[in-house]
Amino acid sequence: MKRHLISAADLTRDDALLVLDTAEEMARVADRPIKKLPTLRGRTVVNLFFEDSTRTRISFEAAAKRLSADVINFSAKGSSVSKGESLKDTALTLEAMGADAVVVRHHSSGAPQRLATSGWINSSVVNAGDGTHEHPTQALLDAFTMRRHLSGVGRDLAGRRITIVGDVLHSRVARSNVLLLTTLGAEVTLVAPPTLLPIGVEQWSCQVSYDLDAVLAKSDAVMMLRVQRERMNAAFFPTEREYSRRYGLDGLRMAALPEHAIVMHPGPMNRGMEITAEVADSPRCTAVEQVANGVSTRMAVLYLLLGGSEPAIATARTEDARTEESK
Amino acid sequence: MSTILIRGAKVLGGEPRDVLVDGETVAAVGASLPADGAQVVEADGLILLPGLVDLHTHLREPGREDSETVLTGTRAAAAGGYTAVHAMANTFPVADTAGVVEQVWRLGRGYGYCDVQPVGAVTVGLEGRKLAELGAMADSAAQVRVFSDDGKCVDDAVIMRRALEYVKAFDGVVAQHAQEPRLTEGAQMNEGTVSGELGLTGWPAVAEESIIARDVLLAAHVGSRVHICHLSTAGSVEIVRWAKSKGWDVTAEVTPHHLLLTDELVRSYDPVYKVNPPLRTEADVLALREALADGTIDCVATDHAPHPHEDKDCEWAAAAMGMVGLETALSVVQHTMVDTGLLDWAGVADRMSARPAVIGRLAGHGRPIAEGEPANLVLLDPAYRGVVNPAGFASRSRNTPYEGRELPGRVMATFLRGHATVMDGKLT
Repeated sequence: MKRHLISAADLTRDDALLVLDTAEEMARVADRPIKKLPTLRGRTVVNLFFEDSTRTRISFEAAAKRLSADVINFSAKGSSVSKGESLKDTALTLEAMGADAVVVRHHSSGAPQRLATSGWINSSVVNAGDGTHEHPTQALLDAFTMRRHLSGVGRDLAGRRITIVGDVLHSRVARSNVLLLTTLGAEVTLVAPPTLLPIGVEQWSCQVSYDLDAVLAKSDAVMMLRVQRERMNAAFFPTEREYSRRYGLDGLRMAALPEHAIVMHPGPMNRGMEITAEVADSPRCTAVEQVANGVSTRMAVLYLLLGGSEPAIATARTEDARTEESK
Repeated sequence: MSTILIRGAKVLGGEPRDVLVDGETVAAVGASLPADGAQVVEADGLILLPGLVDLHTHLREPGREDSETVLTGTRAAAAGGYTAVHAMANTFPVADTAGVVEQVWRLGRGYGYCDVQPVGAVTVGLEGRKLAELGAMADSAAQVRVFSDDGKCVDDAVIMRRALEYVKAFDGVVAQHAQEPRLTEGAQMNEGTVSGELGLTGWPAVAEESIIARDVLLAAHVGSRVHICHLSTAGSVEIVRWAKSKGWDVTAEVTPHHLLLTDELVRSYDPVYKVNPPLRTEADVLALREALADGTIDCVATDHAPHPHEDKDCEWAAAAMGMVGLETALSVVQHTMVDTGLLDWAGVADRMSARPAVIGRLAGHGRPIAEGEPANLVLLDPAYRGVVNPAGFASRSRNTPYEGRELPGRVMATFLRGHATVMDGKLT
């Protein structure tokens, strides 16, 4: 694997499988009474969040702590006054404090790549969501979740049909998922009104449809993207109700899915907008499971970027063994 | 007055000739002219062109002297082979009064590196609402003939119409920064495949083309002339070509960077490639070169836009738009137009000197190299190959997209009314 995780495109199929397999190992730690590994003891992980985020920040924090890393949370919500200087100066400050990895969430597309390539800092950079660009760890946890339900641990997603529905134009989750899922062999279809698809989407490695009902029966998983209510004011669609009618997932549409299909959502959900409460609360919806899987997946990413190749998994195994013995 | 004999230069790329400069004027052009005590400049293998004229330069003074001043900007211009630059109006304060344009004009005259011809703002404060006192600027010592809100589009169709009509009284021209504002809100780069992948808000070609289409129709309707700044798309070329075919008085410029660079470079997220209008696609680049070669695009203009380091040493969205260009323009034009066979050196003289001088109604520049003409000249070495190193720039800013890139050609000497501003490749 590369030293940074900026884009899902940074991951080869083997890299991605390594992360997912490692995440499975990490998930077993979560089932133990003491949910902690000594792997990253003495290493410092900085959560650098320029944008509000609850679940992603907490998820990375939990992941780093379970690996015994020291965690510094730096919440520097971007201001238009401080502009770009704040990114560089903040990065230099963190570097001076000895950060080994910087997990960065930024409102500006490309900010993590700038951090990784500008020469400002030497630490590993993990993209925790940049603007409308990418969110690679979200794609990894989504793939982790799909694999468990659809193909099995240790396998890729060859031939699995994944439908991603909603505001693709502004979605970093969709971009990372298209890249990663196709790397893993899945067939991805994007469904959205034409206004919410980026120019050039026809050249992406996926199918595109304007008609949700036409693709539901052929989907192994449907991922509903959050639709910001403020998009309505920018004429991306006429009304919330019209959006829901055409692109929302309700019980009726869920019934059109194959029996084994799952419903996913990266959260936070707009209940009543892109997903009805009936669907969100159904056993087929994996939204909560995705959150849990996020911690394991991020543990795997931090471990692989910082810990190198052997100790963590070896330790995980011996500790597992010890736990078994003590039972 | 001193006399200079430029010996054996290929005038406009033709056969070697001797050119005698006496005082501010070209005294003779011929074979084997006697030196007669003149300072001799050996020009074997070098090309002699009329001094270059830039229709689009940001000198930043007054207001942003941290990025450029009239002195550093005109030194950069001289180093790049220019003898006249048009200084854009988006300074602080805006060049929307006779006082500001005269100040900038006088600064240029005083330093003596390059003539500075101020561009006046079309509207007060570049706000697009109320016409600035265009006549006062035209009548001032600076004798402004080019008016532009560059950086902003004159998007109100009525204001644009009135400006086009009004400047006819003093043979002025409105230079339009064609950018439909609603279609480019928050725009960060060319809208296309790359912007979709990078998640950067797109600046669609149609936002430029729709304004150009409107403005050539307006210019035709009121019988005025309009100039299109930094034309950047293949579609814009088609519209200008159509307007010219109608016989309308439409002119257009292209920047060196739009002749060479594409939006693929934005994949690095390095803001040195952030510019307005944005870098477009390969197809656009090729269309622009072809249009410059066939004369649809009249001239090359640098849109030299200096910015301090901190305005580029940041994430993409926070970075300023613009690139410096005065010191690399001729090399980029040689690389993209001459070395590709699209344009000969006489064509370069036309597109980088004669035509911009005519558009700007600038007397004494862009003239033929002939007896009795003002000695505004540039001597360049087309065989030179060098790697661009911004540390050596005369400009106060370093935001060049060509750092580390090998480009051909080098300015060996520049003469402003017979006075060498550059000699032996160095500023005097």
